[in-house]
Amino acid sequence: MNPAIAQDSSLALVRSHVLDVAGIDDRDLERALGTLMRGAVDNADLYFEVSRQESWTLEDGIVKEGAHSIEQGVGVRAMAGEKTGFAYSDEVMVPALLQASAAAGAIVRQGQQGRVQAWQPRPGHRLYAPIDPLPTRSDDDKVAMLQRVDSEVRALDPRVRQVVASLAAAHDVVLVCASDGTLAADVRPLVRFNISVIVEDGDKREQGYAGGGGRFGYEYFTPERVLDFGREAVRQAIVNLDAVPAPSGEMIVVLGPGWPGVLLHEAIGHGLEGDFNRKGTSAFTGRIGERVASSLCTVVDDGTLPGRRGSLNVDDEGTPTRNTVLIENGILRGYLQDKMNARLMGVESTGNGRRQSFAHTPMPRMTNTYMLGGAHHPDEIIASVKKGVYARNFGGGQVDITSGKFVFSATEAYRIENGKLGAPIRDATLVGDGPTVLNRVTMVGNDMALDTGIGVCGKDGQSVPVGVGQPTLRIDGLTVGGTGGDE
Amino acid sequence: MSGRRPLSLQTGLGTLQEKAADALRLARQLGASQAEAHANFGTGFSVNVRMREVETLRHQRDQGISVTVWLGHRKGTASTSDLRSEALEESVRKACALAKYGAEDPASGLADADRLAKRIPDLSLYHPWAIDPAAAIELATACEAAALDHDPRVTNSEGASVSTSEGLRVYGNSHGFMGGYPESDHSISCSVVAAQDGAMETDYEYAVARDAVDLPSPAAIGAEAGRRTVARLGGTKLETRVAPVLFPARIARGLIGHLLGAIGGGALYRKSSFLVDALGKPVFAGRVTIDEKPHLPKALNSAPFDNEGVATTERRLVDAGVLGGYLLGSYYARKLGMQSTGNAGGAHNLVVHDTGESFEELLRKMDEGLVVADLMGSGVNPVTGDYSRGASGFWVENGKIRFPVTEITIAGNLKEMYLGIQGIGTDVDRRGGVLTGSILVDRMTIAGS
Repeated sequence: MNPAIAQDSSLALVRSHVLDVAGIDDRDLERALGTLMRGAVDNADLYFEVSRQESWTLEDGIVKEGAHSIEQGVGVRAMAGEKTGFAYSDEVMVPALLQASAAAGAIVRQGQQGRVQAWQPRPGHRLYAPIDPLPTRSDDDKVAMLQRVDSEVRALDPRVRQVVASLAAAHDVVLVCASDGTLAADVRPLVRFNISVIVEDGDKREQGYAGGGGRFGYEYFTPERVLDFGREAVRQAIVNLDAVPAPSGEMIVVLGPGWPGVLLHEAIGHGLEGDFNRKGTSAFTGRIGERVASSLCTVVDDGTLPGRRGSLNVDDEGTPTRNTVLIENGILRGYLQDKMNARLMGVESTGNGRRQSFAHTPMPRMTNTYMLGGAHHPDEIIASVKKGVYARNFGGGQVDITSGKFVFSATEAYRIENGKLGAPIRDATLVGDGPTVLNRVTMVGNDMALDTGIGVCGKDGQSVPVGVGQPTLRIDGLTVGGTGGDE
Repeated sequence: MSGRRPLSLQTGLGTLQEKAADALRLARQLGASQAEAHANFGTGFSVNVRMREVETLRHQRDQGISVTVWLGHRKGTASTSDLRSEALEESVRKACALAKYGAEDPASGLADADRLAKRIPDLSLYHPWAIDPAAAIELATACEAAALDHDPRVTNSEGASVSTSEGLRVYGNSHGFMGGYPESDHSISCSVVAAQDGAMETDYEYAVARDAVDLPSPAAIGAEAGRRTVARLGGTKLETRVAPVLFPARIARGLIGHLLGAIGGGALYRKSSFLVDALGKPVFAGRVTIDEKPHLPKALNSAPFDNEGVATTERRLVDAGVLGGYLLGSYYARKLGMQSTGNAGGAHNLVVHDTGESFEELLRKMDEGLVVADLMGSGVNPVTGDYSRGASGFWVENGKIRFPVTEITIAGNLKEMYLGIQGIGTDVDRRGGVLTGSILVDRMTIAGS
């Protein structure tokens, strides 16, 4: 064994888990990288992954189904200038590895043989335990836990008609080796609990949803925590039974803390990803150093928060994650980079190179993106608004990177009238413009919170787990789209 | 060892069927009363050309098998991408172990044997494209060039892509059903950026087909991407108002798509649908008729059998506005006391009848209102039908497009929107599972400044 590898125990563990079982040794890796580096290739990498997932779903008070899946494979990539050649195989074995390497390396036909650097094992953070979460609770306990929360939630309110609850865990083991000498491994546990309820009152029906998780074993889901998610789902559904149509038009909007940070993710975060800025297709292109938000706003992307859903010890290119300041007191400070875009823009990778799996190519992606807290008590912020909307919870959001326009949907929102919360409003959609929306932030709460661990970010057809967060924010002017008229 | 020989399209069908049969046999040996197996294999590549240079070449190759077993009416599922005998055996054992923890659910089990497809019609779904990456790069280059050269305001690009993939789909179950067939998909797409007065807009055009001969020319796709993008420049916000809205065919598909979710068995059983108990009732305006046609040759959502092996059949789903059926697999059919409609896994080609009007005629009929260019966000509540989405588009006066609008929302309720359909265009978009022309809706709330 390569002596450098033996020094890092988690690397050795991953190595035996991923490579030794497939009969792949150092010489095979060198041969594969050598094949990839034929021609004028700047950088090449191999990404091995073995992933196991399970899920348990309860409906109608019974656990209807358990599901289990194993996915494994290797993705190989060669990069030359702005070109990328990529191939993968779900057979982790030497012939498949070499075949994929030849296919990916064909992106460049001429040029000198590139050099493979000696491997330098790169220790990452220790933000979570390198455990397999699947067996951290017995299957009997998993089933019992779902059944218990079902009966507890039904007992909360007689209007609860349906409960669907699920429990899921993933054990993702990855190993990256690259021609630049990177050699890194990561064992990534991830657990998740979801609950959705339907409540019925007369002929009115509403849905409520809650959930959460992180990079832990199943012990994270204590009975109290699980029941809290259940209470939250029921509370949301009941609130919406009395909801009136949302108003429409431009108005003052107060966003609640936590998950509403999806606004930052959509409106700001995506537009600061390195690929769009290198290509000049982002509304934020070329604006480093400029004011893009009011001076109350500081926004970071932090992949180093222990146990968080969006955290990683190393990114999918083997670079340790960081806490990157995106906006500081309103001034745009930085972009999120993977290796390729960093190289082409003459900067360092910020540890944001992420991919859905071995079968996908890395891109600059967010980790945990949030705004730092400010000076105001949240009650003060609501009291300051004569007429507007308070949005406490959101469904999904979406952004057009190029025009900067974004949209997201409130699943729980209220009118604000004379500084007090009024009637709940149903299904309001908020639209705005990313580069200008934060200039309209006039108050920032002292209640910064991260979401409960439910975020999934999609880009170019690839999904990765992320976190978002923010304090309560007052925004003076967002378009609210409802059917309730302008008044 | 056959498991170590790479699969191929030519020999893979037999191999996948053997693997599925092995899994079913093993499940029976392990005490399963019923079992089913899905196996798949796919291969292909895509190229992307950006600013007239090759940007990416991606090769794709996927395989996998998923096994579901029942111990009585208790169910467990396991899947693996590793098709070697040992891995397959481990998966079947895992599925059996999981089933032991499932609860007894009388509705759970295979589809009834008499509903399974007796023969597997050839729906002309497999047309391999004899193209190599170098030739695909040429097509993508031509496509992007047509977009970049369309107008000087097209200043940047996300690139043009050409992709081709072919695959095998196999399903078998312990009723003795074993079916499989090859299929192919090919596509060309292009997305560019136009700039004017310091603001940028992007849009795209694409084509997808089972058979490459059915794809339009790359230049036509590129030119359309350029035209669409430039048309969006100079958008303004609109003042909040109520007005009719015309959904062009490519966006109207999604409007009908919300119907699919609402009449699916799971949503109906959970009552998480705005169309609970709507069977036999008017759900659309009387001018709306929709058929399901699973056997259209070469169509993207054609399939000889559904995900449970149940034969797919042509039927009228909406007749003169009245909902004639649901989309059911066996499980929720049993829960609802009904029969499977051959829709385990979804609908197979919904064909919306047109009302004989062209897009221009619909514009004139609307007179004053909004043509949607793009919708954003997920603001559709499946339980209530409340609909509120971010939009951009064009404002229409006197039946003519006047100017682009942006950063607005359109809102309504799907129940009312469906009943308020004023016309369906002859300009059918065939690039998805819903085949419809443009749809004119009588009134929605448009929120802007």
